[in-house]
Amino acid sequence: MCTTCGCGDTELVPVELHEKILAGNDRAARHNREHFLEAGVLVLNLMGSPGSGKTAVLEATARAAAGKGWRLGAVSADLATDNDAVRLSKAGIPSRAITTGQACHLDAELVHRSLHDLAWRQTDVFFIENVGNLVCPAIYDLGQAANVVVLSVTEGEDKPLKYPTMFLAADLVLISKCDLLPHLDFDMGKLEEALARVMPNPRVLKVSARSGEGLEEWVAWLEKRRLEHGLVGKIAGLAGHTHG
Amino acid sequence: MHEYSLVQALITRVEAEARRRGALKVHGLSVRMGELAGVDPELFQTAYDTFRAGTVCAEVPLTLKQVAASWSCPTCRAAIPRGAALRCQACGEPARLDEGGDALTLDGIDLEVP
Repeated sequence: MCTTCGCGDTELVPVELHEKILAGNDRAARHNREHFLEAGVLVLNLMGSPGSGKTAVLEATARAAAGKGWRLGAVSADLATDNDAVRLSKAGIPSRAITTGQACHLDAELVHRSLHDLAWRQTDVFFIENVGNLVCPAIYDLGQAANVVVLSVTEGEDKPLKYPTMFLAADLVLISKCDLLPHLDFDMGKLEEALARVMPNPRVLKVSARSGEGLEEWVAWLEKRRLEHGLVGKIAGLAGHTHG
Repeated sequence: MHEYSLVQALITRVEAEARRRGALKVHGLSVRMGELAGVDPELFQTAYDTFRAGTVCAEVPLTLKQVAASWSCPTCRAAIPRGAALRCQACGEPARLDEGGDALTLDGIDLEVP
């Protein structure tokens, strides 16, 4: 009510909020992150275009990391089908599919719900294979320790300039399908230049799931992240998870 | 097309604030959107126009403040020219995104209260 003269008229009040529109997602992501670190699990959010080779990279990771004794796990998101989860499970990465229907990205709540009936706590490295899309997944924090973007050499050198937000969010870019380079007019220098224009500190590894090129470095990168997050030597699966 | 889920989150937030303050009506809302927010402003506006029907925002105009992305050196503060590599030529430091370049925030709401 108007308090100046007591006339009973309504008042127009400007309410300052300055609040992130994704604040709700960020809260759910923080909750996920606490659980992941508490349980000693390194969780990575793997993003990239459809067909960039995300699933193939993970299959190859299972082979390349066999000597590490890590227990791996994954959830794999697609609009439809559980094909990728079936492929990963066959490759030795117990996985389940998240079918998102029409949704073009995963959010923290969706990831949380999918984890409830999965033995992710007993893993050492857990991958969230996001929906194949270089736009929408970039802005949703899922609670991951790091974002990895897979970019294949068949996609063209200017992809980072076209999708800057995705590459800005990346902690590591895996240049995939490098075994195809002799058959393509792909200019690696141009790609690196494009990455430097959208990432202040680009970290890049060149890999091939087919030839095994670069996978040792990729596994070493994973190991380093485990160290960095204090997860080495931590026994997975001990921390409790209760919900009210 | 995550613009639709963003607009839904936005309207839910506005509804909650209006309820909390016992507002009779919402008169305006203002959103700040950085160039690197990962959101298309036109799609966002279209999504807003689609979803506001039947909500407290049905008659409410959306003010979108777009912020261009700019980068500078965290050490010497020199601005990085637009389109250049994101590293300071003088210090060699990785550049830092200036405030607002990736913002996606609900800045404020105008509420009519009793």
